Amino acid sequence: MTTKNAFWGFGLPRLEHTPLPVGSERLEAIALPQTVTLLHRRPEEKKAIPLLKTGDAVKTGQKLSLYGNADYVTSPATGKVVSLSPVTGNFGRNLTAVTVATDPQENFDGEFDAARSLLSLDAAGKFLAAVPGQPGLERLTDPERPIKTIVVCGVDEDILVVTRQHVLASRLADIQHGIQILKQLTGIEDVVILTRREAIQGHGSIGGRVMGVDPRYPAALPLLVMANVFRQEVPAGRTCEDKGFCFISAEAVASIGSAFSTGRIPVVKTLTVIPKDGRIRLAQAPIGTPIGAILKHFDVTIAEGDRIVFGGPMRGTAVFSPDHPVQPDTDAILVLDAKAAARTSDYPCINCGECVRVCPACMQINLLVRYLEAGKYEDAEESYDLNSCVECGLCSFVCVSKIPILQHIMLAKHELVRMRSTETLTETIDG
Amino acid sequence: MADKQKLIVSFAPFWHNGSRVTDRSMQILLAASPAAFFGIYRFGISALGVLALAVSSAVLWELAFTRVAKRPVSVGDGTAAVIGLLFGMMLPATLPWWAVITGTFLAIVVARQIYGGIGANPFNPAAVAVAILMLAWKQRMDIDSALVNYVFDFPAAFPLGAVKAFGTGAIKELSLIDLFMGRQVGGIGTICGAALSAGGIYLVLRGVIRWEIPVSFLAGAAATAGVFHAVDPLRFASPAFHLLTGFTLFGAFFLATEDASSPVNFIPMLIYGAVIGAIVVFIRNIGVFAEGLVFALLVGNLIQPLLDKIRPKALGKVE
Repeated sequence: MTTKNAFWGFGLPRLEHTPLPVGSERLEAIALPQTVTLLHRRPEEKKAIPLLKTGDAVKTGQKLSLYGNADYVTSPATGKVVSLSPVTGNFGRNLTAVTVATDPQENFDGEFDAARSLLSLDAAGKFLAAVPGQPGLERLTDPERPIKTIVVCGVDEDILVVTRQHVLASRLADIQHGIQILKQLTGIEDVVILTRREAIQGHGSIGGRVMGVDPRYPAALPLLVMANVFRQEVPAGRTCEDKGFCFISAEAVASIGSAFSTGRIPVVKTLTVIPKDGRIRLAQAPIGTPIGAILKHFDVTIAEGDRIVFGGPMRGTAVFSPDHPVQPDTDAILVLDAKAAARTSDYPCINCGECVRVCPACMQINLLVRYLEAGKYEDAEESYDLNSCVECGLCSFVCVSKIPILQHIMLAKHELVRMRSTETLTETIDG
Repeated sequence: MADKQKLIVSFAPFWHNGSRVTDRSMQILLAASPAAFFGIYRFGISALGVLALAVSSAVLWELAFTRVAKRPVSVGDGTAAVIGLLFGMMLPATLPWWAVITGTFLAIVVARQIYGGIGANPFNPAAVAVAILMLAWKQRMDIDSALVNYVFDFPAAFPLGAVKAFGTGAIKELSLIDLFMGRQVGGIGTICGAALSAGGIYLVLRGVIRWEIPVSFLAGAAATAGVFHAVDPLRFASPAFHLLTGFTLFGAFFLATEDASSPVNFIPMLIYGAVIGAIVVFIRNIGVFAEGLVFALLVGNLIQPLLDKIRPKALGKVE
């Protein structure tokens, strides 16, 4: 796949979702590292004291709820808690990093095994929120947004990432069982399995309707699947759940299936690893494994200026430390050479219209970006369809002026949410 | 988490298709050069002088202004050179040096930098400069009087001037093929339809300009000229004549497609092109000027913000 415009040639780059490479059935297993780190959401109150302390023993698959609320992480290993430290995640999220020194002698937690026979959605949600693939089961029980259709995503949302495709191709039995469990737990009968259009055969018998997605990026993004595959356009600013559709990754469904059939909470994440040479590898590593350990396995060295990205090249998130751990929703680790990583500039928009023509959401980006650069987020939302954005990144990819358009859009959305939550807070206090 | 190594972070996407403003400028210069060289061949060393002065003075005005205004130096992106070249290509080969320099000042400083520089100009800078020169130095910009000392092996009257003054009888001798191959007089770089079309088509294929604008421009001009011609074939020239003379092909491919002053959506591009094409013929046939393309273009630029309000429905937009 070419990603660059040629000066002399006439072809334009055509971005496609990467298909599963032939001969990638085998996963490179990353050994359990000496320490694993889990990121637990930390409440806003400054004085929240963790219920766990350093020195506490944990078992594999044990649910660790630090603050006594609904949030928890699952320990991927047996061992001792060695540190609890506050960290700040993307967009200023408060997190607590729980580091566990692992013990090779594995000891499985039996709590889920004892509870699984009850088979209630509530019980499942209490144990399976942090399994590989991060199912987000709470979305299935929201009384305000009743779900009609569960969509099992066997397609990956970003280019170069093949994790979900691999799971769909290799763990059919787990997925089948997972679908069966989900149907029983929720009573939702309509299950759709999303796959690449050319791979539509062969998934008919696993318990759902199979639907194909166009290979052209960004067709696999849920909002575009809703519009183009299900023909149910989600109103701007709303979610697929508002329309009664719940997208769950194939890996999450497989994790649920495997949890119920074995009685053990799965803790090993499937990952696409793309080193600087661009060759796609597949690996599995315990959740909490520092990226550094995975890169070491693949002999990747990191130099000054290189980027490590969680996710793919179009929508991923750069991380600032090789110690950053694999999380339940980390589908890929992309390593980019300093020279290969796109640079942005503060050049003004020249109004060439490339972004407008490439936008899958038909947004007027050339005008929108002028509002965003001026910080006029409310006008951008009202007049220039800010909320229609599906966050595919194509506008930044084609921008002749190299304006970080996606970054402007994400910041604007974030700021609007923040502004509104402060407004409601003030109103509550005043009222 | 002990931070042994801190990495640089940046925001998605991490890929870029590699397009650059400089590349686009180079493509336009490349595409315009056959027509410019043909002009030099036709009008000789003085044409070369005008073009060279136009390009160099445009670049220097840009450099001087960005220095004085303490803006980032932007001459490297090549857009000033493009404006200078396109401006020079519309001039008669005998235009004195002071008029050329004044013109590039108007184009670069007045029509572009004052409005904020690249991407912010509401009007095509080269067209603004030519329009002002046409009003300020009418005689010097008039092709027939400017080229009075030249001897050609083909009819040396400016075709549009001839048809305006004497009707279609005056242009009977002109063959369309000759006009297309550049056997006519006019602005330095605007006389060879073959070279202009080749350059324009190249830019369309390379994705630097959008086909919608030149196609609708030419269609709008042809349709309007066709109506006039049908009404009074003795007074008004045929559509083909209008397409092959004056600035028509040059304007359709190189002026109307300027990024900042043209719309970006499909239907607005079609309307924009067609409106300019139609006004061109109106001005030629019933207006004051034999060639009023730059004025037609400025009218098109004027309505562009309104046209871009016609846009496709965004995903999930609820009316």
